[in-house]
Amino acid sequence: MSTAETGTRVMTFAQALADAVDEILDEDARVTLIGARFTGHTPSAYVMDPVLRKHAARITWPPISELAYCGIAVGAAMAGLRPIVEMSTSTFSYEAIPQIVNEAGIISATSGGRVGAPVVFHMLYGIRGAGGPQHSGSPQPWYWNSPGLQVAMPSSPADVKGLLRWAALRSENPTLFMDHQRLMELEGPVPEGRYEIPFGVAEVKRRGRDLTIVATSIQVSRALEAAALLAREGIEAEVVDPRTLEPLDRETILGSVRRTGRAVVTDESHDHCGVASGLAAIIAEECFAKLRAPVRRVSIPSAPVPYAEALERALVPSAERIAAAARSVMR
Amino acid sequence: MLRIRRLEERCIHFAETGDGLIRAHYHLYIGQEAAGTGACAALAPADRVFTAHRNHGHVLAKGGDPARILAEIIGRSGGYLGGRGGTFHVAAPEIGILHTSAIVGGSLPLAAGVAFATKKTRDQRVTLVFFGDGTMEEGVFTETLNIAQLWKLPLIFYMENNSVSAHERVGRGSPTSEHAAKALSDVPRAFDVHTTVVDGTDVEAVQALVRGLADRVRRGEGPFFVESRTTRWPGNYGSFPKLVGGDTDIAWTWDAAAAPPAIASWTADSDPIIRYAVRLLGTGTLNRDGLRAIDAEVRAEIDAAASWALASPPPAEEDALAHVYR
Repeated sequence: MSTAETGTRVMTFAQALADAVDEILDEDARVTLIGARFTGHTPSAYVMDPVLRKHAARITWPPISELAYCGIAVGAAMAGLRPIVEMSTSTFSYEAIPQIVNEAGIISATSGGRVGAPVVFHMLYGIRGAGGPQHSGSPQPWYWNSPGLQVAMPSSPADVKGLLRWAALRSENPTLFMDHQRLMELEGPVPEGRYEIPFGVAEVKRRGRDLTIVATSIQVSRALEAAALLAREGIEAEVVDPRTLEPLDRETILGSVRRTGRAVVTDESHDHCGVASGLAAIIAEECFAKLRAPVRRVSIPSAPVPYAEALERALVPSAERIAAAARSVMR
Repeated sequence: MLRIRRLEERCIHFAETGDGLIRAHYHLYIGQEAAGTGACAALAPADRVFTAHRNHGHVLAKGGDPARILAEIIGRSGGYLGGRGGTFHVAAPEIGILHTSAIVGGSLPLAAGVAFATKKTRDQRVTLVFFGDGTMEEGVFTETLNIAQLWKLPLIFYMENNSVSAHERVGRGSPTSEHAAKALSDVPRAFDVHTTVVDGTDVEAVQALVRGLADRVRRGEGPFFVESRTTRWPGNYGSFPKLVGGDTDIAWTWDAAAAPPAIASWTADSDPIIRYAVRLLGTGTLNRDGLRAIDAEVRAEIDAAASWALASPPPAEEDALAHVYR
């Protein structure tokens, strides 16, 4: 981030997100919104209201046709607009996989870079609380597995604003912008003024010498909580947030693991071929000689997310599970 | 039309050499040339066209270079996409064909998106999307048609029903894909979309229709739906076309009996090129020598294009990872 820490204001993730949407629409007439309820059904839903009123003419509300309206956004991007599609619950994007993966993802490569589709698909992912098996999904591994797409997973109010501004105003590629449902009320300092955070730049959220916890999105908060628990036991964890999966800042992640020699990777998606698996594979391939313990993953076991609170809780990759994994790599 | 026919006959010859020029299945436009030619002739150079897996004829009709089309079809670096797309994806951004989806229905929302952008920016350009009757089985067709009508997009849906007989072409026409509608044109009409049925083997009828629709799109109307009816060419069953009856002989225009039996009735009733040539002879616009001269000119052009394509080197292996991101 370019702005000095002095010029900051504390606000919620939802407010920073709403501010970013407002600024983006003010600054670039090519930006058009298809859907616009960025804060979903969260307790912070209301923070979007002034933005929706102010920019009503820039918003097109589509019928319940994810496949067509995502494709329309891709086509509009090819023709020179910079559309942002607000899809609400991330699992609705499964209805649009053919257009997101099989069209948006191939356009630049197929055209030899002559045609691009700078579209942003914003969605709310993750275990939200009583979402049940169809409204708690985490599709980030699906999109990370799809060439030609960028995947952003902000963890803080400052990051969501800077990354969304980058995706909407600067990027020339299609972006899956994944906000965790439960981050909306998270508070943090946000730099005053307009700034962007370029994709592909990780941030070390906590310094530590004993092990590296690579954490995405909401897992950063949980990893920092775990690090606080571990610190009481004399274990100093470093927490690295990639911020974007594609492009991926491999050097910052690998540099940290090479220093500490131990790694726990955590993301709120399922185990098999999940984001944690992908990051763990890169670390194992690149840092094997420096590793003093196997890389451990903390993610969601391969089961649909259940509704009842007790069952749901059993699947959440919590701070306690991260701390337990950290202790196991410290042995 | 004849340029498309000669180019695609060349595709079959390439495939039949068996030495890997065309390594997999492919789709041809033979029998539908009047539709693409008439429709593209009615558009301005800056207008946008979307096509699908059966794209060769559309790209050529929109102004594509046959050498670069053939080079793309055989995966050479000189192709429009440098060999990254191949026969299924031929596109040419420089002539208004931004991207070609080979997934049935894949181009529809993309075309609607381009139309959405032109409407938003008060751009006068027309967007036309070609697709086959089978596309109407896809959910994305209904979703896109509904949105196009709700948002009044400046878009022409050009549906090529390529499986009706000569008899059905002039009648009500029946669905030839697996579709419950009695006539496919009933479907857009149910969405209150202006719909026209045209004989897709009549190049002048198609051109006149699309010219009128394009004018209306430029005046802010739309969307429009066209059902273009053609009769499937006998060589076009399955995904590996066969040159039934050999290369088209322009002499079949005045000597129908010379056409091989396997192709004779289709040639007389449904071949858009022979039918148009018959009309030109009948009106005295051209005589036999005139037709032969045009054919010779086209053959020479496609021969030269094929030579250029064959001389174009394959792309370099290290380019496989290029341009994934911009």
